[in-house]
Amino acid sequence: MSLGATLCSIFLASILTNNYVLSRFLGICPFLGVSKKLDTAVSMSLAVIVVMTIASIVTWPIQHLILTPLGIDYLQTLVFILIIAALVQFIEAFMKKNMPPLYQALGIYLPLITTNCAVLGITTLNIDEGYTFLESIVSAIGSGVGYLVAMVLFAGVRERLETSNIPKSLQGLPIVLVSAAIVACSFLGFGGLVDGIFGT
Amino acid sequence: MAKKQSLGSIFTAGFVKDNPVLRLVLGTCPTLAVTTQAMNGLGMGAAATLVLIGSNVVISLLRKIIPDSVRIPCFITVIAGFVTIIEMLVKAYMPALDTALGIYLPLIVVNCIILGRAEAFASKNGVVASAVDGLGMGIGFTIALVLMGSIRELIGNGSIFGIVVNDGSVIQPMILLILPPGGFFVFGMLIAWFNRMADGKGKEPTTLECMNCPQADACRTSEGGLE
Repeated sequence: MSLGATLCSIFLASILTNNYVLSRFLGICPFLGVSKKLDTAVSMSLAVIVVMTIASIVTWPIQHLILTPLGIDYLQTLVFILIIAALVQFIEAFMKKNMPPLYQALGIYLPLITTNCAVLGITTLNIDEGYTFLESIVSAIGSGVGYLVAMVLFAGVRERLETSNIPKSLQGLPIVLVSAAIVACSFLGFGGLVDGIFGT
Repeated sequence: MAKKQSLGSIFTAGFVKDNPVLRLVLGTCPTLAVTTQAMNGLGMGAAATLVLIGSNVVISLLRKIIPDSVRIPCFITVIAGFVTIIEMLVKAYMPALDTALGIYLPLIVVNCIILGRAEAFASKNGVVASAVDGLGMGIGFTIALVLMGSIRELIGNGSIFGIVVNDGSVIQPMILLILPPGGFFVFGMLIAWFNRMADGKGKEPTTLECMNCPQADACRTSEGGLE
């Protein structure tokens, strides 16, 4: 498979078949917590895309140029989480100073992302899957976009839940989870799609 | 939590009353992801319990040394240390469990139950109480995971802890339940059941409770007040 096709298939797979929220179950807390309104859902997802991409760009060289040559792979989790925590602080400070409008839109979501499995998840997954540098960036962007798609779709579903008549025991969180199950069902329909297109 | 609580009540609080998953809605990611089999739930629960006890003890010991402003990074470092230890042990002695849990094993680092207990309990209480709290909460987490894993495995695969009880000759197992949507569905239904029980006793239903989440402040600012 050519490089372009590989990248495309990774990108599509991470949006549709391996959707970050609906099939890998990463970043569920913000998915349930921040998806109530469409605009907050979009801003949160954009912040996730930014942080996941930058984190992948930073952690890949660290894994392959420092941890693996020195034989200290086992420190991966510890090193990655500290890098991500520092990185998010750095992005926040940088945005605040140099991009005030962007900071106003996304800034408040950044601390939320630090201790979120979404970012540590993507950096670990990139290494586990044995992706090259370019592939891991594409997979990070794809996963972020997948997160955005799931959040936006689900925000729409939740706006309808607000006005529906729900049995007492199911009110609140349970019905949200059951609706998430149905949204996840619809994503099951994409199974095999990417393999079908690219013939892997 | 008041300091006067007896060790017994700290220990049992996590089982049902303050169950971290079903009442406090923490640690949802691993709850949904690894519970395709009861055994995986048990393994995940045990791993998280060990990390929880270790981190609670160390953080409780260090609680007077750690400056307040950098406490979260300090907590995360301690937790990551314990997760690395557990990860290496599981890889060495239980390779099958390591394959089954996959990336969710290192992701225990960002499990909000552990950071949440460090923040809400271990940083304010003594070593013994913190260890007991860690054990109790860990057992509560394990109970919830095994419960979910058993239901999904039983209905979705016709077996429980790997023992086949329904070979599909009479009723076809409902595979959907061990696929991702089943996780959301069973979790929703379990919380609905817990709500019903709580309602019968005149207690509040489970909501997305932010009090116990270490990210609560940031979340509240972003949402203008979560329910």
